[in-house]
Order: sequence, then C-alpha cells, then structure tokens
Amino acid sequence: MSDPVAPEAEKEPSSPVLVGTLTFAGLMSGLLIVGAWQLTLPAITAHKAESLKATVFEVVPGAASIQRLAWDGGALVAKEAPATQQGPAEPVVYGAYDQGGKLLGYAVPAEGPGFQDTISLLYGYDPDSKTILGMRVLDSRETPGLGDKIFKDLAFVGAWAGLPTETVPVIVGKGKKTEAHQVEAISGATISSKAVMRIITTSHAEWTPRLPLRADAPAPAPSAAAETP
Amino acid sequence: MTPAPDRTAEELLKGIWRENPIFVQVLGMCPSLAVTNSAVNAVVMGLATLAVLVASSTLVSLLRRFIPAQVRLSTYIVIIATFVTVADMTLQATLPTVHKQLGAFIALIVVNCLILGRQEAFASKHGVKLAIADAIGMGTGFTLALTILGSLREVLGNGSLFGFPLFGDHYEPWVVMILPPGGFIMLGLILMTFNWWKERKQAATAGGAA
Amino acid sequence: MSSGNLRLQVTAAPFAHSPRTTAAIMRDVILALLPAVAAAVWLFGIAAVLVLATAILGAVLTDGVFGRQRWAGLKDGSAVLTGLLLGLTLPPGIPLWMALLGGVVAIGLSKVVWGGLGHNLFNPALIGRAFLQAAFPTVLTSWVAPQPGQLFSLPPTTLSIPLQQSGTDVISAATPLGLAKFQHTLTDTLPLFTGQVAGSLGETSALLLLLGGAFLVWRRALDWRIPVSIFASVALFATLAWLAWPTLPPPQFMLFSGGLVLGAVYMATDPVSSPTTPWGAWIFGAGIGLLVVLIRNWGGLPEGVMYAILLMNAAAPLIERATQPRAFGRDERRIP
Repeated sequence: MSDPVAPEAEKEPSSPVLVGTLTFAGLMSGLLIVGAWQLTLPAITAHKAESLKATVFEVVPGAASIQRLAWDGGALVAKEAPATQQGPAEPVVYGAYDQGGKLLGYAVPAEGPGFQDTISLLYGYDPDSKTILGMRVLDSRETPGLGDKIFKDLAFVGAWAGLPTETVPVIVGKGKKTEAHQVEAISGATISSKAVMRIITTSHAEWTPRLPLRADAPAPAPSAAAETP
Repeated sequence: MTPAPDRTAEELLKGIWRENPIFVQVLGMCPSLAVTNSAVNAVVMGLATLAVLVASSTLVSLLRRFIPAQVRLSTYIVIIATFVTVADMTLQATLPTVHKQLGAFIALIVVNCLILGRQEAFASKHGVKLAIADAIGMGTGFTLALTILGSLREVLGNGSLFGFPLFGDHYEPWVVMILPPGGFIMLGLILMTFNWWKERKQAATAGGAA
Repeated sequence: MSSGNLRLQVTAAPFAHSPRTTAAIMRDVILALLPAVAAAVWLFGIAAVLVLATAILGAVLTDGVFGRQRWAGLKDGSAVLTGLLLGLTLPPGIPLWMALLGGVVAIGLSKVVWGGLGHNLFNPALIGRAFLQAAFPTVLTSWVAPQPGQLFSLPPTTLSIPLQQSGTDVISAATPLGLAKFQHTLTDTLPLFTGQVAGSLGETSALLLLLGGAFLVWRRALDWRIPVSIFASVALFATLAWLAWPTLPPPQFMLFSGGLVLGAVYMATDPVSSPTTPWGAWIFGAGIGLLVVLIRNWGGLPEGVMYAILLMNAAAPLIERATQPRAFGRDERRIP
C-alpha cells in the first residue's frame, strides 16, 4: 500500500488520472447537492411563502389572502413566481384581499441604502384613500441598539399605519410632529429613520401610477382567493 | 500504521480541551467572531461545522488511498463544499429564522481553515475510526468554544441567554458586545483567562515535580 | 519601571537624567486639573463629585488587583489621573455603575493587558470612554443642563440600578456641538469659554482648562508643542472649511466647544501615547486637529476629539520612527 502523504516515493500519476479524480469528485458532489436540493426545496419554498404571507397580512390589516401581481410594463397581472429565477426580476407587488376576494390594498416590497447596509422592507398601500397601511422591515443590518429601532421601536413601526401620501411624507424630529404627513424620527437613529422614509417615498413615486384603484384591481387567482390564513 | 485501540478516546478528547480549535489553535476566527452575537447562533454555527467536519473527515479517510496527492487539496475542498451546501439547504429548510441571521457565514464554513486543516493533518493519514473521533472531538471543541463566546456576548449585549431574559425587561444592553468589536474584546478576554489558567497549572505541576 | 521598556529608543545625545519622577508629574497634572474639577462641581453639583470619585475608584482598584505591580498606579498617581481624566469626559448624569465600569476598562484593557504604565499604545482614559460610548451610545450622548451653584442637585439617573436602563433620554439637554450639527444653531463664544453650557463634566470651561495647561507648561510637565499644534491645526482647517462652506461652524466655535481643550491639553499630551520627538509632536498635533475638523464637520457624530486622539495614538510609533533626529556621525539614512 502506498502512503498518500509521501508522493515523491511513488510514480507521478498521469494527468488523465488527476483530471478523472476531480471530475469524479465533482460529479458525486453535484449528485449529492441535487439530491439535498430536491429534498429541502418544498420546505424552503413553503417557509418563504409563509413568512411573506404573514408580513403582507401585517402591513395590510384585515387581509385574508394574497396574490402576487407582476408589472409587465403596461398593466398589473396576477402571476405566480417562476420556480427558478431567470433573467432580471420583474417588478412585483402583492395584492391583499379580504374574505370575499375584494382588494384591500397592495403590499409593496422596496429596498434602499440604510446607515450600514441595504434595508429591505414591505409597506401596505391603499390606492383609494392614498394612505400607507403599515410598514415592516424585512432585512437590515442597522446598528443594534440604535438603528435597529426601525423595526424594534413599536411607536416608529406603528407610525406608518394611516400615513397620508397626498403630500409627500417627511421625517421630523422627536416630538415635532404637527401634521398628518409627518413621521417622528427615532431619537439617536435619525439617519436610519430617514432611510426608511426615503425608501418608501422613492418606491411610492415609482409605483403609484401603476397601482389601480380597489375596484379596478386585478382579481386574485381562484386558488389564492380560496386560501384562508 | 497500526492504531492502538485506546487512541480513539484520546483523539476524541484532545479537540475538546488540549487542542481546542479556538482557544488553543485560534483557527476559524471568521465564523467565531462574526456569528457569535447570540448563544443560539453560536450553537447552530458550531453544530453545522461539526456535521460538515465529521462527514468530510469520514469521506476523506475512506478515500485517502484513491486521491492522488497532487489534487488532494482540490478534492478535499470539493468534498467540504458539497457537505456545506447540503448543511446550508438543510438549515434553510428546518430553521429558517436562524439561517437568516447566520446568512452568508454558513456558506463560508467552506473556507474555515479548521476543516481543511483536519483533512490534511489527520483524516488523510488515519483510518476511518480515528478520523471520525478526531472530527467529533474538534467539532465539539469548536461548538463549545463558540457557545461560550456567544453566551457571554449575548448576556452582556442583550441581557439574555438563549433568548431568555436574565435581568428583567429594563436591562441596559452593552451594545458594543453584539457588534464586531465586542467579538474581538470577548475573545481576547477569554484567551487571556485560558492562558492564565494554563500557565498557573503548568507552574503548579512544575513546582510539584521539583 | 522594573520591566523592560517597550518604547526604548535610540536617540541622539545629549542624554540627561531628569530628577523629576513620574509621581511628581502626575501630581502636577492632577493639581492643574483641580480648577476644572471645582468648576464641574459648581456647575453640576454633587453628581460631579460622585462620578469623578467612582471613575477613579474603578481605575485604582483595577490597577491594584490586576496590575503587574500592584497598587503602583495609586502610589505614583497614574491610575488616579486616568480615572480623573475619564470622569471629566463623562456626561454629568451618567449612572455611577457605568462610570465604575469605565474606570475598570480604562486601566484593564489599555494598561494592564499591555504590560502596565509606559507600555500602552492608547490613552487609557479615552479607551475607557470609547468603550462606554460603544457600549451605551444613548447614555453617553445624553446631557443635563448645568445648574450653577446648586451643589446638591442630582440627576435622577446618577443612582440608577446597575445593569438596568436609566431613562437618560428624558433628561436630555443638547451640547453646543449637538446644537450646531443637528439644529444649526451656534452658541456664543463667551459662555463656551467660561463653561456655562451642557457637556461632559470637565470639558465645559475652556478658560480653566487653559489656565491649568499654562501651569503645566511652566512646570514643564507637558510638551507644549502638542496642544499648540492641535489648536493651530483646528483653527486652520476649520477656517478653510468655514470659508468654503459658510454653513459650517466658524473657527472660534470649533476651538472652544466640546472636548477639544481638555483633549488637547491633558489627553493628547500623555507622554506614553504621543511621539517624543519635537517634529513628531508637531505632526501628531496637526493630525489630531485635521481629524477633529473632519469628524465634527462631516462625521456622523457631533464630537470627534476622542477618536481623533485615539487614531493618532495608533500612528504615534510610526511618526516617532519617521522623525528620529540624525545621530552625530551618521548620514541622512542613519548609516554611519
């Protein structure tokens, strides 16, 4: 038996042997990974859909079902997510419907730069009253203890519910809110507060013209409407 | 090579204390500093590393006669990467919240020098039984060290342990402890204590012998 | 010191032995700080006494229990001075347990682990303060307005229970720098100079701090080049910035607000963590001044003296090496 740690003692293996070994290792590795992927994919997809649904229900209170709505360049169309990501992601919002399948509002995903890293969030929007219904931060790396109050400070999170957007909303200092379209900054985290506001107003400016009123909204796909929370 | 039967226990235990990957060898600092801001994250990271280490060591030890020396490192990395990907997907399917917090660091287990180090230094030269013992020992030692680091940082930085509050609702968190500098400070303090304790023990043994 | 001196350098002759001991210098510095301490007590009452005493206690105890030479920092006064300087950088309403922790960290993390007095790379008092700032950012930026003459006033937060929240955000007043940064209002120069403004215990009165500094220069207990170069550099860069962007604070405001005088006179001049060569002292001071102006004008925080000094502390060995005077008989490359 040759000892693999003393290669100089044995004859140099030929290149095909080396290439063959690596090819074989890669092949086995690929098989294993595909197997694991097949096994775990349903659970991963279910978790993702569930957490998205839960968040949508939080930003559009009273919703009973959701429908993924993609912007195809001219209109919103009900369309399920493709099983695999191909090409650039299409712009997407989620329609939130009540028990009877009537639209309550849209949940719009948005992201942008925060104090440290990208903040991604979801906000609910009612096209009829032109108000924001709620906001939830999905992912952020803001400073623990200060910037992370954008999702830990319940007063700040709650301040987005019912925020009118006829006048572009702005962040004001703590205790300085005098008008409906103002949101008070978190003390010590003004930059993160302003980042959330900027992400929402930017996304809002982009999406408002695309989102039809409740009555004209695309109907949910039958399967989605049948779903109960 | 004829391993004596009693070496298995020794190889198993050495990784936990005498050659602890973090406190003695100071290996794998990237995950140990980056994800130990809470005890749960630390335990999951440790267990994921343990699983990858045991699986890779087993396979490398089994295949050690068939892997040509010239491509051994590439082969080891392919093997390790496979198990890391599997671990990553398993975590994502079973513990999605923890997976979200650990983020990219699960994938980065691939480059944890502890794992490649054990393949090169041990698994490729020993039988399956010893290789598994070594991997379990090292992985457990890594998990334990990460848990200690993560627990201390969580207690100070968040006033809780494994998510249970220890000091009531009005704890004033030491924010720095869950930030990256807190990882360096805490690891430094632990290493200091560990070395001080070892030196004292050595001095005591030397004094006793003389 | 009995252990080997890590900062031992080969410098040019003449070599002279100074009869002044470490203890004598420390005594002079503490003496020079007494007017500022008295002002702190007058402005912030008994809270100032308690905070300063606790910070000193934390520093002295840590040195006594963990120091290589136990209680040496008490005997020569260096640990007392570290605690006092740390206390002077803290906000008046800080809970006492944090002041104690700051004292422990100041000596423990920046002196004991480096090997004791003379071996530390960074200024110990500022390390203590930097740790507290990173650990408790809200508390360390919550200020109370001074109440001159009310000696027994005590902010409700001072005696808060250890490890528990103190609710400092309810007592918040704004420092002149904070006002300038977030509200764009400037404070007049006279109150800044005499210290009738919110701020940390010892930073408010530029006048008393400068008097103490003059005393130390007269006693030759500090290198006058460092504070002079810091002030000159801040004045220069603040003026340039102010001329280019008139919305930024003017130079006289930059000079007398915040912890600049305290830092420039008492912290940057720490002989252990600053360069010992004359040219090095000039470069060191100029660097601090530039960093202060940069951080205050464009950084996320209103005040930057602490980080400016700590950053230049890290650069001090390099500066010192680059500014070694040429020894007699050697050429420019220090080759004989």
